[in-house]
Amino acid sequence: MIHPAMAALEYHLVCYRRSWRGTIFTFFVVPVVFLLGMGWSIGGYLDGDAAGQGGLGVSYLTFLAPGLLASTAMQVGVGEGTHPVYGAFHWTRTYHMMRMSPLTTTDILVGHLGYILVRVTISATGFLLVMALLGIVDGAAGLAALPAAVLVGCSMSAFVFAFSATITEPVLLDVVYRILVVPMSLFAGVFFPVAQMPAGARLAAGLLPLWHGVELCRSATMGIPSQLGAPVHAGYLLLWTVVGFLVARWAFGRRLAG
Amino acid sequence: MPHVVPVGYRHRVPKPASLIEAHRLVKRFGDFVAVDGVDLQVQPGEFFGFLGANGAGKSSTMRMIGCVSPPSEGVLRVFGLDPIKDGPVIRSRLGVCPQQDSLDEELTVLENLVVYARYFGIPRRVARQRAEELLEFVQLSERITSKVEPLSGGMKRRLTIARALINEPEILMLDEPTTGLDPQARHLVWERLFQLKQRGVTQVLTTHYMDEAEQLCDRLVVMDHGKIIAEGSPRRLIEQYSTKEVVELRFGNLPPETVARRINGRISEHCERHEILPDRILLYTADGDAAAEAASREHPAPSSVLVRRSTLEDVFLHLTGRTLVD
Ligand SMILES: Nc1ncnc2c1ncn2[C@@H]1O[C@H](COP(=O)(O)OP(=O)(O)OP(=O)(O)O)[C@@H](O)[C@H]1O
Ligand SMILES: [Mg+2]
Repeated sequence: MIHPAMAALEYHLVCYRRSWRGTIFTFFVVPVVFLLGMGWSIGGYLDGDAAGQGGLGVSYLTFLAPGLLASTAMQVGVGEGTHPVYGAFHWTRTYHMMRMSPLTTTDILVGHLGYILVRVTISATGFLLVMALLGIVDGAAGLAALPAAVLVGCSMSAFVFAFSATITEPVLLDVVYRILVVPMSLFAGVFFPVAQMPAGARLAAGLLPLWHGVELCRSATMGIPSQLGAPVHAGYLLLWTVVGFLVARWAFGRRLAG
Repeated sequence: MPHVVPVGYRHRVPKPASLIEAHRLVKRFGDFVAVDGVDLQVQPGEFFGFLGANGAGKSSTMRMIGCVSPPSEGVLRVFGLDPIKDGPVIRSRLGVCPQQDSLDEELTVLENLVVYARYFGIPRRVARQRAEELLEFVQLSERITSKVEPLSGGMKRRLTIARALINEPEILMLDEPTTGLDPQARHLVWERLFQLKQRGVTQVLTTHYMDEAEQLCDRLVVMDHGKIIAEGSPRRLIEQYSTKEVVELRFGNLPPETVARRINGRISEHCERHEILPDRILLYTADGDAAAEAASREHPAPSSVLVRRSTLEDVFLHLTGRTLVD
């Protein structure tokens, strides 16, 4: 018999079958255009620099792409954890419908997070494919960037799930983007090495899950060692995922207990 | 399955265990007590109803039975199981039609049923087949591939009922299944519910329609401010709380208050109980014709006289009063 959480996942996949076309633009076209635009414009400026590629040692496109891979993964995880989750409680009442069946709160949460996993995997795969076509993936080892990106997506998503389950004002969902997504994208080493920031900011960046994801992705696609070693980065992201999941489970339970 | 029990042995057959059993059941939201010490039993095969004004606590009780809302106090057993510990097992044997439709508007009619069936672990092929049968049953077959969003309210309600039946439930919970339906759709739903009853499906219903309760329910309770204030079969409730007949007197433009003052104390001689409303006077009596006749001889004489049988509505209004609760 199908596991209840799988049945919940199946629901989201059935919906995705209807809506996937609409997600291509936001989660594939936009990041790729962004990559090419930034890579070629800023890259053209940096790469021709007398000091040689702004001190990066590689083309800006090669440097930027794994960073954007990680941040795209994060954006899918966050984007799918905000309005869709809030809406499933308050607008479509999808979770309430699931709750009338044998599904438990945990099944409902695991099913939806499983769907996030699928979505992040699809987006990251697409992006990685573009990178491969551009010739900026360092051999087969670059494939390791995929699980890394998926992990970033999940580590953020679980917490965002908890947040969306707790708030009762949908405008607060925008706060996630303003205080989480945007600053994190700017200061987690996606666009420039964190080494260029003052010591305090560098330390702060070290706490951001995205920075750990960027490090993992960059080390995979560029074939260079990461700053703290893959186990530390992956372990940190896993910790966020697990704690986020526990908080989300608590928040879901509270919201659905009525 | 029908059991054939020799007549002489009937007394040895144990009473069937209650499917639903509540004892001093309480539901609180903060300081507010929505359900205030409810006792009830529902037997297998029974059609059980909740009547009550808006906010009386019907849905809150239904949701506790449906294991989506934990009781604040008291004992609740469904299939002899504890909703807190065995929620998923109980829910797998229940069919729920909630007061608020919770269909997925973006999916098709068929997808809604199949997706929901999967939550019960029903294989996809079986789910599809059952879905088709149930859509036939609620007369929605033509809309099988249509999205839910453009369906009419009545269609959505019927779809919700079909969805509640997808797991072949032993108890069907219906929270206002016909609110907002046109007469045709209501009658269709009543027919279907009656057929389910004949098949032995136990049903629990809430409704604001007294004719619905009277037609469908074997037994019902009237709830008021979270408490059960009356219980019995529709017939028994009418016998107990109303008279056999009711006479409705109207006096054209003359306010009934004025009429009552002029007739003075004599109204009560014609009936067991009377009620003066802004537009008419009601006489509750065992013999409607006699009361009507006596009333017609009074001055002023009524401009219209209607004799009718007591209904559940009379009982309900008598028990819960005519003032708005909400
Ligand atoms: N989740 C909740 N939080 C706070 N109060 C609630 C909640 N659910 C119900 N109530 C309150 O409990 C009372 C009973 O509500 P309930 O929905 O059980 O009534 P009802 O008999 O089903 O009414 P109706 O006929 O209008 O559907 C109402 O006063 C309602 O406002
Ligand atoms: Mg209700």
